[in-house]
Amino acid sequence: MDNNDILLEVRNLKKYFPIKRGIVFSRHVGDVKAVDNISFNIRKGETLGLVGESGCGKSTVARVIIRLLEPTDGEIIFEGKDITKIPQNELRKLRRDMQIIFQDPYSALNPRMTVSEIIGEPLEVHKVVNNSKEKQKRIQELLELVGLAPYHANRYPHEFSGGQRQRIGIARALALNPKFIVADEPTSALDVSVRAQIINLMQDLQKEFGLTYLFISHDLSVIRHICDRILVMYLGKLVEIAPNEELYSSPLHPYTQALLSAVPIPDPEVLGKRKKVILLGDVPSPVNPPSGCRFHPRCPYVMDVCSKVEPQLKEIKKGHFTACHLH
Amino acid sequence: MINGEFLLEVKDLSTYFFTDEGIVKAVDGVSFKLSSGESLGILGESGCGKSVTALSIMRLVQPPGKIISGEILFKGEDLLKKPEEEMRQIRGNKISMIFQDPMTSLNPVFTIGDQIIEAIILHQGLDKRSAKKKAIEMLELVRIPEAEKRINDYPHQFSGGMRQRVMIAMALSCNPSILIADEPTTALDVTIQAQILELIKLLRKEFQMSTILITHDMGIVAEYCDNVLVMYAGKVVEYADLKTIFKHSAHPYTIGLLESVPRLDVRRERLNAIEGQPPDLVALPNYCYYAERCPYRTKECLEQIPELVEIEKGHLVRCIHGEKIRR
Repeated sequence: MDNNDILLEVRNLKKYFPIKRGIVFSRHVGDVKAVDNISFNIRKGETLGLVGESGCGKSTVARVIIRLLEPTDGEIIFEGKDITKIPQNELRKLRRDMQIIFQDPYSALNPRMTVSEIIGEPLEVHKVVNNSKEKQKRIQELLELVGLAPYHANRYPHEFSGGQRQRIGIARALALNPKFIVADEPTSALDVSVRAQIINLMQDLQKEFGLTYLFISHDLSVIRHICDRILVMYLGKLVEIAPNEELYSSPLHPYTQALLSAVPIPDPEVLGKRKKVILLGDVPSPVNPPSGCRFHPRCPYVMDVCSKVEPQLKEIKKGHFTACHLH
Repeated sequence: MINGEFLLEVKDLSTYFFTDEGIVKAVDGVSFKLSSGESLGILGESGCGKSVTALSIMRLVQPPGKIISGEILFKGEDLLKKPEEEMRQIRGNKISMIFQDPMTSLNPVFTIGDQIIEAIILHQGLDKRSAKKKAIEMLELVRIPEAEKRINDYPHQFSGGMRQRVMIAMALSCNPSILIADEPTTALDVTIQAQILELIKLLRKEFQMSTILITHDMGIVAEYCDNVLVMYAGKVVEYADLKTIFKHSAHPYTIGLLESVPRLDVRRERLNAIEGQPPDLVALPNYCYYAERCPYRTKECLEQIPELVEIEKGHLVRCIHGEKIRR
């Protein structure tokens, strides 16, 4: 792989949330290891999927990457620069290039601002427009781009449906012509019939502007549809990295296999042909994760070594990595 | 669909909500039948009336909502004509319901045991000791490990999946003939979803129980239902057996849904999104509710609200072009 192709590289990233006891003399009694030593890269123009169940740390990854949260340790290299070392006042410049779309379009928009104020704010903050005429023109452009009408500009968020609100969120993210967009479960709060519209919109925008996406979701069907490569995360660790086709046709990690088999497929004829792996138990607490491989208490193929030694990510086939003692 | 004895027969049910903005026809003339041991799926998006249909069967609709007309025949007797006293005997005993969010359905200040035991004493008139024994049996049945110990735990000590198991244990503790599950897994992760749905399937066979599974997920319907009722804006738009719905769907909305959801097993270049959004229930048009979004729309569609017609045996469709567009 050519190094010039890489837009963002994450090296040994850790994010621990301290647990404190006591109010006056608070003691540090432990950590929630939300993200625990993960490394990956994102290539220019690709859509990288990050999939996992609730509590696996995927949203924390999103927030740390755009520095809404400070990492505990590790490097995030964006266009050759380690952004974890950038001081707060330089961050603003960086944010032009990286933006985020949130899951819940109901809480991500300020209810007291009109759509034009919401989309216009980043334009003003970053001084990319010189006067209000220019600003209005840009707002209209953006609205049109995401499939909203010009007259929507003066309305408030509560006047819109979920799908339309997500369009507003996308327009705001696009306002500064970013290179990289982190989409954190952008379709999960939407109705089924509207979900496809937003997915299509994101794909169209990617083609038009050459955007790079980190697409985070728990929905494997959506990830399957939109992503080029996929990362599978479990309890703060990456367990598998593979190109789309490869991951779905030959998943290596038992967790990925279980995850894939648990997704119901909308076709009664496929039913008999699939083998279902039903996992036992729940996802353990990230405060006190299991020893060795974190998946071992739920793994159908557990061996002695699994509870003792933590497996490392290994490249099994070209571009296909997994962290499992079976491979 | 078989004719003859039905366990539950809903005839022309209408439930309206009298709000300040106007009358919301949440459920408008819904009819269906449920035979013994059958698993019926009610499929639709938020606001289509699927949950209100369930609440109406349980007679749990709260003001400003009111059941306006219709009959709900359970073993031949109309539930809507029963005094509240008698209805209380049916609720939980004969027809049970589980809800989407297991956290809000459990009382946080009582232990799991207290809550199940209360239901058993109330409905079956057992004394406290035998009720406790029965409660432990039920918890074991839904695969709660160490049930005898965990019966003294509070809801917050359980994970989401475990709480839903507790709800199922409670719902089944009186051997109901019908279990209504309203989006039972929407708040849960996929691997936990698979556990819960497999459990319901197993228990259905074991107890010879009928289920009504309410969901927006086509995949869940495909894997766990025998017959399917598709709802849109308070009305039934299609009603048939599982295979017909998926292979020979004849309503543009059902077809749209099937084509717009991303699938795990086939990767499409682009999703066929349904345009627009569901109509405002306060201001419904006086023609086909789906017409605005429908790719098959003709002039005639804007002239009337179509009737639900049987286009082939056991296949009901609310579309004037149903026969033509049947797949």
